[in-house]
Amino acid sequence: MKVAVITFPGSNCDYDLYKAAQQVQAEPSFVWHRERGLEGFDAVLLPGGFSYGDYLRAGAIARMSPIMEDVVAFADAGGPVLGICNGFQILCEAGLLPGALVRNDTLRFESRDVILRVERDDTLFTTAYEKGQLLRIPIAHGEGNYEVDEDTLERLESEGRVVFRYADRNGAVTDEANPNGSLGNIAGITNERGNVLGMMPHPERAMEKLLGSTDGTGLFESMVHALSHA
Amino acid sequence: MSHYRVEVRVKPRPGLLDPQGKAIHHSLNSLGWDGVHDVRVGKAIYLDMEAESEEAATEAAEAMCRKLLSNPVTEDYEVSSVESVASAS
Repeated sequence: MKVAVITFPGSNCDYDLYKAAQQVQAEPSFVWHRERGLEGFDAVLLPGGFSYGDYLRAGAIARMSPIMEDVVAFADAGGPVLGICNGFQILCEAGLLPGALVRNDTLRFESRDVILRVERDDTLFTTAYEKGQLLRIPIAHGEGNYEVDEDTLERLESEGRVVFRYADRNGAVTDEANPNGSLGNIAGITNERGNVLGMMPHPERAMEKLLGSTDGTGLFESMVHALSHA
Repeated sequence: MSHYRVEVRVKPRPGLLDPQGKAIHHSLNSLGWDGVHDVRVGKAIYLDMEAESEEAATEAAEAMCRKLLSNPVTEDYEVSSVESVASAS
């Protein structure tokens, strides 16, 4: 499985993603944002970081990068696209996912482990998990507060497109467990077709026991599994 | 072509939580400005540009707002002023 890790000026989780992909026996390559064409890739990963210094709005300028036209075409053709943190912000700005990520309601940059509740175990990103499973995954963002209009939120919920929610250690979705004020404690969503996932937490930073958690591994294993059985 | 200075205002949509505004609001209150009920923070963007006419400059600025300068999910925009500048050339 060949995966493209798109690197923007200011990306800082590109190497973590590259390493995560290698760890699940995928073949990653870096693709610079000014390059064109994603032929031959089976999946596209958009890393976290601060593309263009978060100027204007997080992800707003990166989404105008030449490669993004190819990412949109890749997603439209049903190819799997995963955006993490700044990658999620870019996917929203690009219109591949609905809504927007605004300033955390805590007014702070939140950098710590959170608990995610798996809401769907039947997406191509989550088959290695079980519905209701709790994952310990780090977050590191100042703008992760998911906002969307009421109608779209209703659609996301009724269509089961919320994949991860911030929860407490008992799995309860509470305000206290919400690190940034996201509507419905939303930590990750998919597009209508289910081939594009955006999430604020960093599964690629939860791949080593030594670093505190291996709960992120399942996400990358799910992708490899889905693609090798496609 | 004429030279225009265009000011665009981008502000958080009504109802949307604006944590930055909230922080400034608290700070103003604690400095003694008790009469301040709400603060919201937007951006002003100043464009120095060439256009055929004032209308064309306004239209172009609005197109820029839709395409890049604002995010319709969270922000409203307004082209707040278009000023003709005498060209040096």
